[in-house]
Amino acid sequence: MSLVVSTPGASARPLARSVIFWGGAGAVMLMLAIFAGVVIGETPLPLSTVAAVFANVLWDAGHAVDPIDAGIVWSYRLPRSLVAAGCGAGLALSGVVLQALVRNALADPYLLGVSAGAGAGAVAVTILGLGGGALGLSAGAFSGATLAFVLVALLARAAGGGSAQLVLAGIAGSQLFNALTSFFIAKSANAEQARGIMFWLLGNLSGVRWPDVSLAAPTAVLGFVICLWFARAMDAFSFGAGSAAALGVPVRRVQAVLIGVTTLMTATMVSLVGSIGFVGLVIPHAMRMVVGPRHARLVPAAALAGAVFLIGADIVSRLLIPGQVVPIGVVTALVGAPGFALILLRNRRRL
Amino acid sequence: MRLAARGLGWSAGAPIVEDVSLTIEPGETFGLVGPNGSGKSTLLRMMAGLIPRTRGTVHLGGRPLSRLSRREVAQRIAFVEQIADTSEALSVRDVVELGRTPWLSALAPFSPSDGMIVDEALQAVGMAGLASRRWATLSGGERQRVQIARALAQRPRVLILDEPTNHLDIHHQLSLLRLVSRLPVTVVLALHDLNQAMGCDRLGVMQEGRMVACGRPVEVLTPERLAAIFRVGATPLCDPVDQTTIFRYHCLEEGA
Ligand SMILES: Nc1ncnc2c1ncn2[C@@H]1O[C@H](COP(=O)(O)OP(=O)(O)OP(=O)(O)O)[C@@H](O)[C@H]1O
Ligand SMILES: [Mg+2]
Repeated sequence: MSLVVSTPGASARPLARSVIFWGGAGAVMLMLAIFAGVVIGETPLPLSTVAAVFANVLWDAGHAVDPIDAGIVWSYRLPRSLVAAGCGAGLALSGVVLQALVRNALADPYLLGVSAGAGAGAVAVTILGLGGGALGLSAGAFSGATLAFVLVALLARAAGGGSAQLVLAGIAGSQLFNALTSFFIAKSANAEQARGIMFWLLGNLSGVRWPDVSLAAPTAVLGFVICLWFARAMDAFSFGAGSAAALGVPVRRVQAVLIGVTTLMTATMVSLVGSIGFVGLVIPHAMRMVVGPRHARLVPAAALAGAVFLIGADIVSRLLIPGQVVPIGVVTALVGAPGFALILLRNRRRL
Repeated sequence: MRLAARGLGWSAGAPIVEDVSLTIEPGETFGLVGPNGSGKSTLLRMMAGLIPRTRGTVHLGGRPLSRLSRREVAQRIAFVEQIADTSEALSVRDVVELGRTPWLSALAPFSPSDGMIVDEALQAVGMAGLASRRWATLSGGERQRVQIARALAQRPRVLILDEPTNHLDIHHQLSLLRLVSRLPVTVVLALHDLNQAMGCDRLGVMQEGRMVACGRPVEVLTPERLAAIFRVGATPLCDPVDQTTIFRYHCLEEGA
């Protein structure tokens, strides 16, 4: 939208028009991706069946549909696509926020130990039986993520507070919390449980149902709105926190809100689908190359691209090996690592 | 807008700025000189309200700075750091648009009048022709001018500049100083070129965190003081064109 804004003398109307245009285009793309996630799968379903199921549920159209097909579409594939969209958007937004605040191209929830903390928290809840249910798992993941980020931030600060220190502290934090996860598993889990947890940790959407949607979707929407609200403040961080303060940004408050919402998004997503790497790192960088570094455009672009990317990765993970679900984290890394290499090569002067 | 500091002090382990009081009148151009590490940048940052937990108070137009929100401060004071850099692929125009931040919010987006202010600021520093260039491709002097344009786009009433002539060629040094001295705003700037400092309305001399002299340039910059504080010998010369005093410097003692 600032393409229009940046031409001198542009009136306010084109701004509103371009917001509506790009907002509409984004919504259509997202719906198409979700639709693709519903249609494509091991059991091929004709479009007409999918449409009939939607019509039946949404306005009681009363088409005759095989209840098994209806179940696949409505109770299995649709929530799965929706959760994939929410997670992708949430992780990509977390990456955007952390890269802006930390001013380090490498920052993402994975690298800064937030994902590892969320994983350890979730595993602690599952295995050690602290609390229970989906909400207990999320609470555990959130506590773990918060604890990890606080520890990492404190360590980085004590080490001098630079962005290199933060990344190094993040690596230490990731190692620690991943080790804790392994320790919990080794200590208390039986072989069956351990296998399940390892599979879950690699990222996996097979178990996703509607209750998960009601956790993922509001979190992603909330995160999106907050990030968009603070888009200008994140722009102001491009010359550092001191310069943001000089531009009138209440630095502490903005940092607290944005890091809080990032931790919330990461923790929710990890508790739902395990820790999925590379989305938070690659998507924001790729979108910077497409729409530029200004956050008013980067935030919506990254949210959309993250959502579409993870839906796509989920489709691929279902189709890659027939009869078996490949963990989605494997797919994102398989695509993400070469993608990241590409970004490194294209930006070799800038990082 | 009047900027008044009372008993400003800050220590990071050792005291860095101690007990500085000064009042800068509306519209005045106040220069700050002193050797490296004498506390000029720190004092400027304190006067912009950018250092938490300082001793003393700063009043802006009669109101204590600590009572204003960050946004209110940024609507009144623009600050150009000694060094500013980013790895984001921002264009020159993007950077200058950052100057509008304190006037905008999610509900008051960038408007055409903001665009005009940005254009004016770019023109004032002669960067309008490079508006779409990437920050990373700019020369040191161009970056400095973009930062100054960003500060001008803030439409401040007080402009605080930390060594704004750094990296600038002589033409741009002089035109920048003329630009800021003609602005109807209060200007506080740190300078290293003492001959340029002579052009300020008043000068403050910093030494080891204290303001050791403050007054009209000709009264403050005496050869004795230059020898004591800057450890240079200075010969005052007279420019026959307009009878202004300039200094020619030489080392005081060999090997010191
Ligand atoms: N955060 C800090 N922690 C410790 N020491 C500091 C800190 N900030 C500044 N100093 C020290 O305070 C002194 C004054 O620094 P300041 O940057 O204000 O000097 P300056 O007068 O602007 O110097 P220059 O002419 O080189 O820009 C220096 O000795 C510096 O090392
Ligand atoms: Mg300095």
